[in-house]
Amino acid sequence: MPDLSTNCAGIRSPNPFWLASAPPANSGAQVQRAFDAGWGGAVWKTLGVPIQNVSSRFGAINYSGTRAIGFNNIELITDRPLEVNFREIYETKKKYPKHAVVVSLMVETQEEWKDIIKRSIDAGADGLELNFGCPHGMCERGMGSAVGQEPKVNERITAWAVEYSTVPVLVKLTPNVSDILPHGLAAQRGGAHGVSLINTIKSIVSVDIDRFVPEPRVGSQSTNGGYCGAAVKPIALHMLARLSRSEDFDLPVSGIGGITNWRDAVEFMLLGASSVQVCTEVMLKGYRIVEDMIEGLGEYMASHGFQTLDQLVGKAVPAYSEWGDLDLNYETVAKIDDKKCIGCQLCVVACHDGAHQCIHPAKEEAGASATRVPVVDEAECVGCNLCQIVCPVPGCISLVAVDNGFAPASWNQHVTTGAKLRPKKGAH
Amino acid sequence: MSKPIPTDRSESVFEDYKHEYDAKQAAVEANRCLYCSDAPCTKACPTHIDVPEFIRKIATGNLKGSARTIFEANILGMSCARVCPVEVLCVGDCVYNQMGVPPIQIGKLQRFATDHAYAQGWRLFEAGAPSGKSVGLVGAGPASLAAAHELRRLGHACTVYEKRPVIGGLNTTGIAPYKMRADRSVEEAEWVLGIGGVEVKTGVEVGKDITLDRLEREHAAVFVGVGLGPDTRLGVPGEDLPGVHGAVEVIERMKLGKLALEGVKSALVIGGGNTAIDGVRELAGLGVPSVTLVYRGSEAQMPGYRHEWLAAREAGVASAFHAVPVAFEGSGRVQRARLVRTDAQKKPIAGSELSLDADLVLMAIGQSTLGQLLSGLAGVLVDKGRIVTDESGATGRKGWYAGGDCRNGGKEVVNAAAEGKAAAQAIHRMLGGKDA
Repeated sequence: MPDLSTNCAGIRSPNPFWLASAPPANSGAQVQRAFDAGWGGAVWKTLGVPIQNVSSRFGAINYSGTRAIGFNNIELITDRPLEVNFREIYETKKKYPKHAVVVSLMVETQEEWKDIIKRSIDAGADGLELNFGCPHGMCERGMGSAVGQEPKVNERITAWAVEYSTVPVLVKLTPNVSDILPHGLAAQRGGAHGVSLINTIKSIVSVDIDRFVPEPRVGSQSTNGGYCGAAVKPIALHMLARLSRSEDFDLPVSGIGGITNWRDAVEFMLLGASSVQVCTEVMLKGYRIVEDMIEGLGEYMASHGFQTLDQLVGKAVPAYSEWGDLDLNYETVAKIDDKKCIGCQLCVVACHDGAHQCIHPAKEEAGASATRVPVVDEAECVGCNLCQIVCPVPGCISLVAVDNGFAPASWNQHVTTGAKLRPKKGAH
Repeated sequence: MSKPIPTDRSESVFEDYKHEYDAKQAAVEANRCLYCSDAPCTKACPTHIDVPEFIRKIATGNLKGSARTIFEANILGMSCARVCPVEVLCVGDCVYNQMGVPPIQIGKLQRFATDHAYAQGWRLFEAGAPSGKSVGLVGAGPASLAAAHELRRLGHACTVYEKRPVIGGLNTTGIAPYKMRADRSVEEAEWVLGIGGVEVKTGVEVGKDITLDRLEREHAAVFVGVGLGPDTRLGVPGEDLPGVHGAVEVIERMKLGKLALEGVKSALVIGGGNTAIDGVRELAGLGVPSVTLVYRGSEAQMPGYRHEWLAAREAGVASAFHAVPVAFEGSGRVQRARLVRTDAQKKPIAGSELSLDADLVLMAIGQSTLGQLLSGLAGVLVDKGRIVTDESGATGRKGWYAGGDCRNGGKEVVNAAAEGKAAAQAIHRMLGGKDA
């Protein structure tokens, strides 16, 4: 079995799966149960001046009968007394010395930072995570994403924390910015040992269409919350890759955002995350999901010949390039496997209404019962992938590369050196 | 209007054999639907209900829209959801079958949407602006109901002539009660006629109480949807003995009143079609201890639906294949049937007689046809008892149309609904209306 042991910014854990700072990591009893279930680490629910929460706090997006593909919360940081939290951190760390306990923090003044960092380390924290990301409630009080959105403030507070801390400091970044890179660089300038991303995305998850109030509803009102869950993964992956690809940024990253299973975790690792954090899927399914995550990651690594995590971390980063460097002469066309096709014709309608009108129903043959396997007009097919995306049968539609005789040529090469581009398809 | 039917009927003991969905079950199933384009389920439906669309509307909670999609295509969508052989129509053609995945339960979803519409009392259609034209409809079964509803939407006045005291036709008198009971059919007929402007004359037999000439004089067009006639007789000795009955006749008595089955120990149902299969299941369900289906061919040759026969077998009925009655015997009433074995071509094998005890025999070998009703009308062709029409339902005589069992020889309710609606549209065009 491959070795899953993890070192993210100097924080070590038996595997890369950490609970994110959130309700599943709210108390010692919870974190200890999570460790028993197999989680390698936990980022404790953010400590600060304990707050008062509202009810209700959560909302979700359902899609075609699948519940909570996206999730939203307006809960704040811990509402439990600090001394209780620190005592439970101490007990947990004592009982689970090899597991990573990272303490998430959010306070205002330099003195408060100094004090809470000392108390966290005294309690046994293996690392600190500075919550510069929370996009609701706390930011109205000048904390959370209000810090993460201001690189100078981010850098200054990070520098304080690094000065006061004897353990690694992670800066948790907010995605509620137009470009993540300046914020990652600010943390780096402040001396952070690593960053974690993404925090939740500022959102209104839904509206109660009978009461005329957004969700989650607090009496007759609501407020914007933090969006997370499976649906946010693409945003998180991009921000992660943006940092990983930058030559200026060289901190380790703990990846967060829509991770629901080992596949998602592998994707984050391939784009540069050296540990991954999970909240929403645990809230929806429980700590038990980690069993499959550990097993699935191990099997994946074994099947690819990876012995250790550092062999796969970042492996897909070089393949992430600018659009202008993509090969415009690379050509694919859709092929439908008539043995697998069930005749639903979803590809026909999708191509017809949403793409390039190049998949057609089979011609009706008089008398004979006509086949329902659609026909691809390869001369018109632009290889967009939409048919494969809507096809309900795995492996039925594939996009097959065509040798069109043109040498690879990107837009940038075309503009700078006049590289020859193949004739456009479907552009008439 | 329809005479009320008794609340306590023999059929009342039957439960629905396909359980109905509640809202959460319907939502799960509706969300499984792939929403196919040019969907095979819709093509398989004789009324071409836009199945993916009505299912999507269930999934989004647009139940009124879902019901409208169903009823727009088939105003008898409520009964069809219960009585259609979906296994060989829409469900049988669901693309999931090609994937080895359980097909969408279209019948149950349609029942969910249509039952909801009935329960909410939604009236989804309005009569069209009066055309000043009147159409007579003969028979108050599914074909005429579908035709009358469509004619009303197009603005034509309607008069329905029904010889029975109750309306709904075979939907009321002949549907296996574990699919639909008679009260539901009458409710549907009244719901359909709720569009208004349809005069229903029950207890009026065309050809006897009112002449064809008069119908032709009084109406701009006539639609004939009289269905089929009494059970066919085998013509063997002893068929007149008490205890030997036509299956359709007995089923009608079970559905509209009380059947006296006390003391019946062994029943035989003669035939291999769907009426025979219904008959054995019904008698078994009514508590007859021994029920045997007797068919002159093999099990594989039965014209009835395979899935229905399998369900009957599960209900514990016996079978005697390759056997045909040659006489019924008994003193005062039937006590036994004498049968002869048949060969692979269903021909009797000499000297192969056997005898089966029977104190009740249902003859389910077919129904007579009523096409001869129109045989006096010049221009109307009747072929083997069926009224001959073109695709639209028009006979060879101007103004005369036909649909349903009297035209197709005996198909499903959904075929009657499709034919009635098509004929109504043809009548509308004949009367100078624009295409509906």
